[in-house]
Amino acid sequence: MDRKLKDLVIENSDTIVQMWLDEISKGRQSDYTSTISEELFESTNREFVNVIFASVEKQGITTALEDFSERLVNLGWPLSYLTDGLQSFRRVTINYILSEQTQVGSDYFSEVLQAVDNWVDPIINKLVNEYSGSWEHIVSLQRVALQELSAPLIPVMENITVMPLIGTIDTERAKLIMENLLDGVIKHNAEVVLIDITGVPVVDTMVAHHIIQAAEAVRLIGSTCILVGIRPEIAQTIVNLGIDLSKFPTKSSLRKGFQSALELTNRKIVGTADSHENDIEQLVDSLDRE
Amino acid sequence: MDFQSCVNINKEWDIVGARQIGRDFARKIGFGTVDQARIATAISELARNIYLYAGTGKICFETIEEIDRKGLVILAVDDGPGIAEISKVMEDGYSTSGGLGAGLPGVKRLMDEFDIISEQEKGTEIKAVKWVR
Ligand SMILES: Nc1ncnc2c1ncn2[C@@H]1O[C@H](COP(=O)(O)OP(=O)(O)OP(=O)(O)O)[C@@H](O)[C@H]1O
Ligand SMILES: [Mg+2]
Repeated sequence: MDRKLKDLVIENSDTIVQMWLDEISKGRQSDYTSTISEELFESTNREFVNVIFASVEKQGITTALEDFSERLVNLGWPLSYLTDGLQSFRRVTINYILSEQTQVGSDYFSEVLQAVDNWVDPIINKLVNEYSGSWEHIVSLQRVALQELSAPLIPVMENITVMPLIGTIDTERAKLIMENLLDGVIKHNAEVVLIDITGVPVVDTMVAHHIIQAAEAVRLIGSTCILVGIRPEIAQTIVNLGIDLSKFPTKSSLRKGFQSALELTNRKIVGTADSHENDIEQLVDSLDRE
Repeated sequence: MDFQSCVNINKEWDIVGARQIGRDFARKIGFGTVDQARIATAISELARNIYLYAGTGKICFETIEEIDRKGLVILAVDDGPGIAEISKVMEDGYSTSGGLGAGLPGVKRLMDEFDIISEQEKGTEIKAVKWVR
């Protein structure tokens, strides 16, 4: 039975392909594929339907199908293109087989449904797995990338290290900040470490608590932690929350914090060019007056 | 009151989602940057308390308009363990989780109005309002 149906479908593949293409193009108007060029859409459809037929014929997943789905994943085509396409294929094929029969008994009907399901379902499963596998892969790569970015330490000069924090801090990241901070202070032999929170959107009690703990831990290993980049609105919310940051030094900007760090390590910035700078200042002043 | 917009709190990153929606509301209503930061922080505290102590719950937002003023209502609802002594948790520094214990008293100071209803074993409902100045 399955054999006979398969022969019927394969012999008439041209008709079924045409029906399928018509249906796919009809559904195209307002959906996700509307940004894809006409030629690409058509050539992809042709390739897709050939791959489906090859799989049906070989009774299993072919390398052509694997290559095809891998390519679509990489190009970022939506999974729904493939699942919708296969659902149409199911509908079109069933309609075709049934229309070839003058009288359709319920037994025959259910056998046809069964047979077509057996062709289509493995392909759908394969494609869904392929897609979700690649998403999981991407998510795990991004997680690693984020982790690498989440608590960087920059040894700007002898004994002074900066940790710029950008973005939301969740508990996982807060732990990383603590670990990297302590490791880094020891590794770079930092006397002063500046934590820059300019890029942290919200400083709530959890974030404040972790920063306080990190600063305290840095103090315990004999270094000083300066919190910099406190934007005015963050300063106000911290005060409203009633959080006491008086135990360790804070500065509004990284620049001011860096100056304190230099003082703490008994250094200062000395200009080398003398007259030049004055010339430029005078020039700027005279421009201002005009 | 009929709330237009709610965010379910199930995992830690939902706190960030609630904060973003709250900030959008605040911006549209016309709050300045400082008040937007206050509102986002208050949402963060309430959402994190739900996540930590009740497990799941939701944060809802509603704009209120009266003849002479406009504001934002934040409602935090959960059916967690509830709070036994409300006067205690409103003290600065009281925490059962080793936190700073600054969350709830902080929210009260960040916002203009603050109401808390809680029943043990039933859950907690906190309503906070901020008016545009
Ligand atoms: N939704 C809630 N359900 C049950 N208990 C709660 C809830 N919210 C707060 N609590 C209780 O109230 C206490 C005080 O909360 P509060 O937010 O002020 O401080 P905290 O969460 O302990 O620390 P943090 O300063 O980090 O917020 C909590 O420790 C907890 O026991
Ligand atoms: Mg709290």
